[in-house]
Amino acid sequence: MNSLPATSRMQKISVLLFLAWVSFLFYAGIALFTSGFLLTRLELTNHSSCHEPPGPGSLPWGSQGKPGACWMASRFSRLVLVLVDALRFDFAQPQPSHGPGEPPVSLPFLGKLNSLQRILEIQPHHARLYQSKADPPTTTMQRLKALTTGSLPTFIDAGSNFASYAIVEDNLIKQLTNAGRHVVFMGDDTWKDLFPGAFSQAFFFPSFNVRDLHTVDNGILEHLYPTMDGGEWDVLIAHFLGVDHCGHKYGPHHPEMAKKLSQMDQVIQGLVERLENDTLLVVIGDHGMTITGDHGGDSDLEISAALFLYSPKALFPRVPPKEPEIVPQISLVPTLALLLGLPIPFGNIGEVMAELFAEAEDSQPHSSALAQASALHLNAQQVSRFLHTYSAAAQNLQVKELHQLQNLFSKASADYQRLLQSPQGAEAALQTVITELQQFLRGVRAMCIESWARFSLGRMAGGAALLAAACFLCLLVSQWATYPGFHPLLLTPMACGLASTIVCAGLLATTGLKLDPVVLGAMAAVGSLLPFLWKAWAGWGSKRPLAALFPIPGPVLLFLLIRFAAFFSDSFVVAEARATPFLLGSLILLLVAQLHWEGKLLPPKLLTIPRLCFSASAGQPRHSGTHALGLGVGLLLCIRLAGLFHRCPEETPACHSSPWLSPLASMVGGRAKNLWYGACVGALVALLAAVRLWLCRYSNLKSPEPSVLFVRWGLPLMVLGTAAYWALASGADEAPPRLRALVAGASVVLPRAVAGLAASGLMLLLWRPVTVLVKATTGTPRTRTVLTPFSGPPTSQADLDYVVPQIYRHMQEEFRGRLERTKSQGPLTVAAYQLGSVYSAAMVTALTLLAFPLLLLHAERISLVFLLLFLQSFLLLHLLAAGIPITTPGKYISQP
Amino acid sequence: MKDTDIKRLLYTHLLCIFSIILSICIPSFFLENFSILETHLTWLCICSVFVTAVNLVLYLIVKPNASSKRSSISYKVTRFLKCCIYFLMSCFFFHVIFVLYGAPLIELVLETFLFAVILSTFTTVPCLCLLGPNIKAWLRVFSRNGVTSIWENSLQITTISSFIGTWLGAFPIPLDWERPWQMAIERKKMCRSFCVPGMVLGTVTQ
Repeated sequence: MNSLPATSRMQKISVLLFLAWVSFLFYAGIALFTSGFLLTRLELTNHSSCHEPPGPGSLPWGSQGKPGACWMASRFSRLVLVLVDALRFDFAQPQPSHGPGEPPVSLPFLGKLNSLQRILEIQPHHARLYQSKADPPTTTMQRLKALTTGSLPTFIDAGSNFASYAIVEDNLIKQLTNAGRHVVFMGDDTWKDLFPGAFSQAFFFPSFNVRDLHTVDNGILEHLYPTMDGGEWDVLIAHFLGVDHCGHKYGPHHPEMAKKLSQMDQVIQGLVERLENDTLLVVIGDHGMTITGDHGGDSDLEISAALFLYSPKALFPRVPPKEPEIVPQISLVPTLALLLGLPIPFGNIGEVMAELFAEAEDSQPHSSALAQASALHLNAQQVSRFLHTYSAAAQNLQVKELHQLQNLFSKASADYQRLLQSPQGAEAALQTVITELQQFLRGVRAMCIESWARFSLGRMAGGAALLAAACFLCLLVSQWATYPGFHPLLLTPMACGLASTIVCAGLLATTGLKLDPVVLGAMAAVGSLLPFLWKAWAGWGSKRPLAALFPIPGPVLLFLLIRFAAFFSDSFVVAEARATPFLLGSLILLLVAQLHWEGKLLPPKLLTIPRLCFSASAGQPRHSGTHALGLGVGLLLCIRLAGLFHRCPEETPACHSSPWLSPLASMVGGRAKNLWYGACVGALVALLAAVRLWLCRYSNLKSPEPSVLFVRWGLPLMVLGTAAYWALASGADEAPPRLRALVAGASVVLPRAVAGLAASGLMLLLWRPVTVLVKATTGTPRTRTVLTPFSGPPTSQADLDYVVPQIYRHMQEEFRGRLERTKSQGPLTVAAYQLGSVYSAAMVTALTLLAFPLLLLHAERISLVFLLLFLQSFLLLHLLAAGIPITTPGKYISQP
Repeated sequence: MKDTDIKRLLYTHLLCIFSIILSICIPSFFLENFSILETHLTWLCICSVFVTAVNLVLYLIVKPNASSKRSSISYKVTRFLKCCIYFLMSCFFFHVIFVLYGAPLIELVLETFLFAVILSTFTTVPCLCLLGPNIKAWLRVFSRNGVTSIWENSLQITTISSFIGTWLGAFPIPLDWERPWQMAIERKKMCRSFCVPGMVLGTVTQ
């Protein structure tokens, strides 16, 4: 009596230890992989300041003393920055006046910004249009970061678009506030999170609803001109979202886009009329859009944006070139900083647009070139200072290139100083200095792109290998857990792992390399995995066949392998939406064919012809043949129907997502909308009914466990909540005005309530997963002899027939032991029901609970797909169960 | 007896393959602009007709199974009609299967259906020739230990390898983005190229 609890405690501890080890292995693998895959850029918090020039040497024109001038004398005291979200370059491109014979191009987005074209023609020295190239990722928040800090936000920032954080790096807005300028903002409320408290006056409008074309724009227009006329501003920023939202909702080839662009045209026209002489107008798109109106990637259409500059006084010495020049988007940052007389933000790696620093009125070429050179030199000094600081703080810049660039900079800088000493230097020398400085700045930018957007292949491969090995280990262990002599196997790997960690750490410490916890963890994982696998290999022997390793039936494994292999082919990844159903369908047909081949599909009387001799081992069909056939056909139908809800992956050529994926709110017809709504709610109810019916059939609903009670009462509540939320979401526009607030409140509260219910249901399920009705009666003597507990997978037919009773007896023993410990007076009998579905009931409940929060995240009509998915998995499992002699309960194969 | 059977089997298979080659060559003499890739629909029709004809002729000449005792005209006619109905049914059945497998429902209906027809000629027609319109016999042949003669064995192997070839023929589809339904021909070629080794294997192993 004493020894039993002791050994069981030992077992428990070793199982816990093992689980901890396995999770450590997985974490080490994932960490290693992500450290190679996710690109990281260190954000430096240093700031440029007015009193501290970026490098040695005198500031040009002795500008330090003047008010309102920092590194350079300001050329404009005020700035109007109009940010039109997703203003692609060709939206603003002037249209060539077509000849009389040609028909005019009638794309809705072309040639709508007429005022730009007119200004460019009438005042060529005052305005300039550029094609600005944004760096990927082309999401709005990353672009805003780039447009204010002048750096390259990397992919690791791309994930935080919807929970944006305040910018910690030095940026233009911070410099403006430090200089005491009044910054007025209106538009997209993303800026509120990025620059909290930086604006002297701000009008934020919600940006989250991409279906809403007008709220932000109309809000801006309400405040724009009054604010401008009021004069209480130095920098005015207006961020229009209508064009972007129009792209998301309708795409660029829609008449609505023409309307939106015409509206923007009027805005620009109005602004130009109100500009005063000391003001610069900048109209910029933060990114472009694809032909479907999306953005985020790095295709040409997405990264090309328009940039338009206009000043009431002449700014450019030359007339604009025929084809607008291409400039990197972040060039705007140092340019604006120097034009406004501000320090360039510390982390900027953009290059000033030298053209803007030439003196337009003063036609002397020499002073003009000198002004350009000094601006470039300041910029280069700042970039060099940043490089120096950055390479000291982080190691991920390439040393060799860095060295080369620094040499280039010192040479250019020396040339520049020499020129300053002898002011009457030649024009040619000035031009070489300018070229050298530009070469340096471009080199830095290229190097930064290179090193901030570079994957570490070795780490990725190592992480993937580690993960694969861990999966293999799990497979091994799942087969071996029942064999004796397994537990001692576990202790040695841990010891080895620890030892290898210590050795590795020691090695690294002695060689003086930096200790990387990720690499250390990976070393430990490998160190503990290798001895285990070696021991496993040694202990394998030849008695057990290899096939015993794989718990999955052969055909399933084959198709899994094909599916896995398909990931290595680009075309198959693109065609995934068709390849996966194809493989699934093949699996089903193969299963049915196999059933027939083995003579289990149809009753034998159909097949027995006297002269044939059937082998005796053919076995009796467990299900009627038509049943299996029906399952197969149903599955194929489900798969085909699910294909109707096809969503295109990003950047796929010639692919159209199903129109059924859009939310119901975007539909126009009232009747169709109602029908769809009915279908969606019907799908939900069917899902609920199916789950309840299933549980009822296996009589899991009778248990008094809390999770069962939750299934009985909580699930219908969740269905109700979801249906009500859908009704509100799809009909929110039609609500009467006085109920608006109520509707808005409810559409926030309802999803939260449903998610809360789902979470509490899951917690209940985790707490008491066993939905078995146990009845213990005292006083009745036990009559049955107890069989040996069930262990390991079944091996013979006799075993197979007795699996369920054996589990039952095993459970009975366990429960008896537990009850005896608590009250050990008199013998007991234990009656436990619904053991056959003890695992699957918990599984089904958990999946259903998980489905609801997921449903709320998608559009309404996806509920039909969820229903199909549940049906499919149900049918497939039944088909598999018909094919395999017996399946243990709880075997669940995930749907691809 | 067995040796002669194997010989006849080999000749019939060779003739079948020859008929497919003929169906590629001959129409180019009569039809203008005929090529497999450009006018694949015509070729699919012609190929299916050729193969059916060769199969029927071979059946009439070789007579692999003993002819039934009844040989009245009406019996023969009903049998022939039954065969036709079975053939049509198999075409529709394959069409449905293709659609379930992801072929478009409305566009390219003709291509899908012709493909179903040609798959039927490769699988159903030999079955009909050899076993007659007798579903029970078909089911027997396509199950383990259900084969009784060398003819049935070869039928089993060719039919199954046709299916597998068709299935494998679907794999290059994602690789070609511009002309998706020319892959039908790819499927065909694949299918045939898998049939041939299957047949040879079948004859050799006997």
